[in-house]
Amino acid sequence: MFVPGNNPGMIRDAGIYDVDSIMFDLEDSVSVGEKDAARFLVYEMLRTIDYHGKELIVRVNSPDTGTGLEDLRAMVSTRRVAIRLPKTECAEDVLGCEKKIAAIERERGIPEGSTRMMAAIESAVGVLNAKEIAFSTKRLIGIALGAEDYVTDLKTTRSADGTELLFARCMILQAARAAGIDAIDSVYSDVDNEEGFRSEVALIKQLGFDGKSIINPRQIKPVQEIYTPTKKEIDRSLAVMDAIEEARKKGSGVIALNGKMIDKPVVARAQRVLDLARAAGVLKQEDKNER
Amino acid sequence: MNADLKKIPFLDEIPSIHTVFEPDRITKDVRPLAERQKQGNKIVKDLETAIRLSGLKDGMTISFHHHFRNGDYIVNMVMDRLAEMGFRGLVVAASSLTDCHAPLIKHIKSGVIRRIETSGLRGELGEAVSGGLMDVPVVFRSHGGRAYAIETGELPIDVAFLGAPSCDPYGNANGYSLESGGGVMCGSMGYAKCDAQYAKKTIVITDSVVPYPNTPCSIPETQVDYIVKVPKIGDPNGIMSGATRFTRNPKELLIAESAANVIMASGYFEDGFSFQMGSGGASLSVARFLRDKMAERNMKAGFALGGITGSVVDLFEEGLVKKILDVQSFDLKAAESVKKNRFHQQISASYYAGPGGKGSAVNQLDVVILSALEVDCDFNVNVLTGSNGVIRGAIGGHPDTAFGASVSIIVAPLIRGRIPCVVEKVNTVVTPGKTVDIVVTDQGVAANPQRADLLSRLKKSNIPLCTIEQLKEKAERIVGKPKPVEYTDKVVGVVTYRDGSVIDLIRQVKD
Repeated sequence: MFVPGNNPGMIRDAGIYDVDSIMFDLEDSVSVGEKDAARFLVYEMLRTIDYHGKELIVRVNSPDTGTGLEDLRAMVSTRRVAIRLPKTECAEDVLGCEKKIAAIERERGIPEGSTRMMAAIESAVGVLNAKEIAFSTKRLIGIALGAEDYVTDLKTTRSADGTELLFARCMILQAARAAGIDAIDSVYSDVDNEEGFRSEVALIKQLGFDGKSIINPRQIKPVQEIYTPTKKEIDRSLAVMDAIEEARKKGSGVIALNGKMIDKPVVARAQRVLDLARAAGVLKQEDKNER
Repeated sequence: MNADLKKIPFLDEIPSIHTVFEPDRITKDVRPLAERQKQGNKIVKDLETAIRLSGLKDGMTISFHHHFRNGDYIVNMVMDRLAEMGFRGLVVAASSLTDCHAPLIKHIKSGVIRRIETSGLRGELGEAVSGGLMDVPVVFRSHGGRAYAIETGELPIDVAFLGAPSCDPYGNANGYSLESGGGVMCGSMGYAKCDAQYAKKTIVITDSVVPYPNTPCSIPETQVDYIVKVPKIGDPNGIMSGATRFTRNPKELLIAESAANVIMASGYFEDGFSFQMGSGGASLSVARFLRDKMAERNMKAGFALGGITGSVVDLFEEGLVKKILDVQSFDLKAAESVKKNRFHQQISASYYAGPGGKGSAVNQLDVVILSALEVDCDFNVNVLTGSNGVIRGAIGGHPDTAFGASVSIIVAPLIRGRIPCVVEKVNTVVTPGKTVDIVVTDQGVAANPQRADLLSRLKKSNIPLCTIEQLKEKAERIVGKPKPVEYTDKVVGVVTYRDGSVIDLIRQVKD
């Protein structure tokens, strides 16, 4: 969930919502005149507020600017956040930023490499370089699509069905999967259009994205509902796991469930369904054993 | 015949028999209804005439209702006229006073008003009273407590001045008009009902005289002495908005959803249950979350009580609530429902919340959702004074419903701006912690340890619980510990509990 870095009330309250990750923004949502105040505010809030163990990320200004460098210095020092690099166009962008982070870590006595990074891809060249970006550094935990800048770069606008984003989404997804990191989809700005939001979330979930960026707590529930596996999916996945367990006990090589063969991808998919169900709180750890 | 009277056996034991019928003493009125309504009615020339006829004297008690909320013209209109007529030392007993009643300050200064009884004060008047404006402290009563005080004679009303959106020439008055065409509308007139019933004289002030009989009515003609027609009784915009809108504030929605989950886990969410909800953003939205759950489980509420909003009317019209008992309609949708829905009934403040004993709807409540300015570690609630100690709220039915309901739930953000809502000690105790069961905030839910039954049910349902002390500490971690408010020794307000006993005192705030 994006939280503007210049809004004390929103920064204070961000932790009360059921999101996986909170991203404080020092970049586009903060006007030039407020950059220093926002940085100071986010820094102090990070030292004060309990975010209940949620993943915390800060979108900094471009590290090639003085403001961005100040952002990096302050945020790395908190030791609580990952750094989101905006408008990433190539691996060098990430590496340049990483170098600066490493220097700050050394300077502050923070274990080198402990600050994680995320890269936002927001242009055609960035999309084409998605693979290199995704593989650029071990610090990277995910890459995300920044759709608003990207469609402007493409000389188009965002449509309801997102046709114009399909290529970028697929590129980013392949790159992230290949590198073994998360792929996060862009924000959906029309907060009042829940129907449109739901269909976009359904689309990106089907494509394979790990999650959706949101800009309002009202968007949490739709994402959770769409990403939470159905009872049918959970039951089937548990049955797959049971069949595997049984076969293992019997020492049987080929496993079948309801006449269908269970192979490795089926098991991996079942495992992911169960992981999602546990994360959503609809399945407890012990449930599997009880069955 | 006169001689025969004396022959009635045991006449001394039948006190009502003392004279003989004389046909000359009666005159039959044979004028047609239309003509009679124009002439032989209770409408007097103007307010001054009504006041004179009422026999009002210096030092007496006059009463008002607050169904016109911030759009009320009645209180200021009547007080201005009383001042012009030279009255002094009056006691103003209003069901509540709000921002628009700031002009009372000048009447207090000039000695027209000696004393005030009310549910609350807001705006400049609240600030002035907190600043030590009055010699005699203001007495604050809950809606039920006021009704009880009127009934028992502790608060005798000499003359009630009751604004009414419609009234017929004999005094049948109502909170809406059945005649076509605009005018102001307030729906239920529940708080005015007690005044009309118990005041020595009742004056109805209306802008709309409608044909007899104006039934169904809120106030029957049998309780009305005089009627004054004036051009305007209030500002419709200040009286009520359209349908109260559901909040879009994510924090309020979060609190509302938590409160709805708490209700469902409480063990009281059963078919036929009863509830009351406030008009604040969070409590309004609780109704929406409950609606989905009720529809899902195919269950209905037996009745909804209270201050009624359009959201409760929606539930009623969907068939999810069987009956509505309405002491005060919060929005236009609720007011219109009073007019059109037979099972949406107006009830008096006494019927609503009176602690007298013969009956009180709050005692039949399963669940009430209430708001708070402050809650403390003993679960005491303050809805009257702000964090700066200044009077800026109203008791309303808070202590009445908290006592009556099987589960009383307080909904409040942990912090408002930079002010903590969960504190060590509230500035003013309005509702005793003994009657407060659960506090729902955006940062956690705390149940009163006295309610071990609720605690164990909430735990079983995986409601994340914390202690009230933990909530207080959480708030303090974010905004720090507030500096205590500085008061002088002068008592400016006496806060009474439902039975009239004193639960707290409000002192003058130091500048």
